[in-house]
Amino acid sequence: MIVIVDYKAGNLRSVERALGRLRVPCMISGSTGEILEAERVIFPGVGAAGRATKDLKESGIDRVLRKVFDRGTPFLGICLGAQIILERSEENDAGCLGLIPGTVTRFPSTLHGDEGRRLKVPHMGWNGLRLKKHHPVLKGVLETDEFYFVHAYYPVPAREVHVIGTTEYGIAFPSVIGTRNLLAMQFHPEKSGAPGLRILDNFARWDGRHAE
Amino acid sequence: MLSKRIIPCLDVRDGKTTKGVKFEGNVDIGDPVEMARLYYEQGADEIVFYDITASSDKRDIMIDVVDRVAGEIFIPFSVGGGIRTLEDMRLVLLAGAEKVSVNTAAVQDPSIIAEGARAFGSQCIVLGMDVKQVDPTEGISSGYEVVINGGRTYTGKDALKWALEAEALGAGEICLNSIDADGTQEGYDIQVTSLISGRVGIPVIASGGAGTTGHIHEVLTEGLADAALVASMVHYGTFVIGEIKERLSEQGVKVRRTWG
Repeated sequence: MIVIVDYKAGNLRSVERALGRLRVPCMISGSTGEILEAERVIFPGVGAAGRATKDLKESGIDRVLRKVFDRGTPFLGICLGAQIILERSEENDAGCLGLIPGTVTRFPSTLHGDEGRRLKVPHMGWNGLRLKKHHPVLKGVLETDEFYFVHAYYPVPAREVHVIGTTEYGIAFPSVIGTRNLLAMQFHPEKSGAPGLRILDNFARWDGRHAE
Repeated sequence: MLSKRIIPCLDVRDGKTTKGVKFEGNVDIGDPVEMARLYYEQGADEIVFYDITASSDKRDIMIDVVDRVAGEIFIPFSVGGGIRTLEDMRLVLLAGAEKVSVNTAAVQDPSIIAEGARAFGSQCIVLGMDVKQVDPTEGISSGYEVVINGGRTYTGKDALKWALEAEALGAGEICLNSIDADGTQEGYDIQVTSLISGRVGIPVIASGGAGTTGHIHEVLTEGLADAALVASMVHYGTFVIGEIKERLSEQGVKVRRTWG
């Protein structure tokens, strides 16, 4: 059973619905016991880092997620869930989980596109993914596939080896990061049509291992 | 790079998709859930629903539509029309919509934008604006005035100032509809779109007037729009979204082209 971690952070049902379409059993839970016992964990999130990390701490879910990561449970972070696995976020200057060394930073307001126009923040809409390495969860993703993003902040792992894929928006920013049994993406696979569903389907089969 | 989005818009009345010209003479044209699924399969990047159900005691019908759509399509979609309170927003978002759009209610009480953004995040809150061209005055220096009630009521608000105010209040996106162009299929209002999209820091969806791929190309380039709303063009089968995107791509506009 996949457990979708409930910590009051946004639209969990869209992840549940996407897994439902794939006929993958899942449950939404904020119970530390259920999260700890899960076969796989999805850590979604929409909203601000400060509020989210506060809720995680108060519910004790922060410590459980650390345990889930340590025991090798396949772990998927989505959007805000791909940010607060790092050590610190510039957003609300929030202390985060620290599963991957690094920080979360905001797109500079000075980004410019190809035609010299100022790029808007948040980065909202469909964009591509340039993979730096293979990963079992990203199997079948094509170079031309695009994914749905909506965010103003992005994760910056301290170590290059933790960057799995990047996306271009004025700069090439890390859009998929991971280590060991943890993979996290800044975009929303549950809202990215068929290529996104493919990623969720791959995750539902992933044993949590891959060569780094 | 980020793709420009093509967004079909479905007006829904009493649970049925409907289409009118300049907000008058609507006719039912199909089941919104079925149409959303079709557009999803044809490569729509997002879908916008406007609930134009007149009576508020039929709101449940729309919530049911939203719930069924969310089980069928796996791209973002927004719902507008009749959203007046945080509770209205909550119901629509819980039913599975990604975003809600506020229009008249925000004009009457702009704090709904800030409250919505605080409760659900800016990315959820779309400001829908209907605008009409007017003679520029001191109060309405852009020459475009915000109108409500489907264009029947002038608000005295300058369109550009209202867009900037809504952004400051926390709106995450603007859906800008030209009442003059709406339903004509004679092209978007490029002037007001570029005026507003060039000034705000949030994405702008252009709405009203799409009749050809040339119109869409124009609003996404010259009009500086981040996304284009289409309705009649695709509802009657004149154009298929995939073909529109193919054409735009040939003309150098970056659009999402694989969705299989």
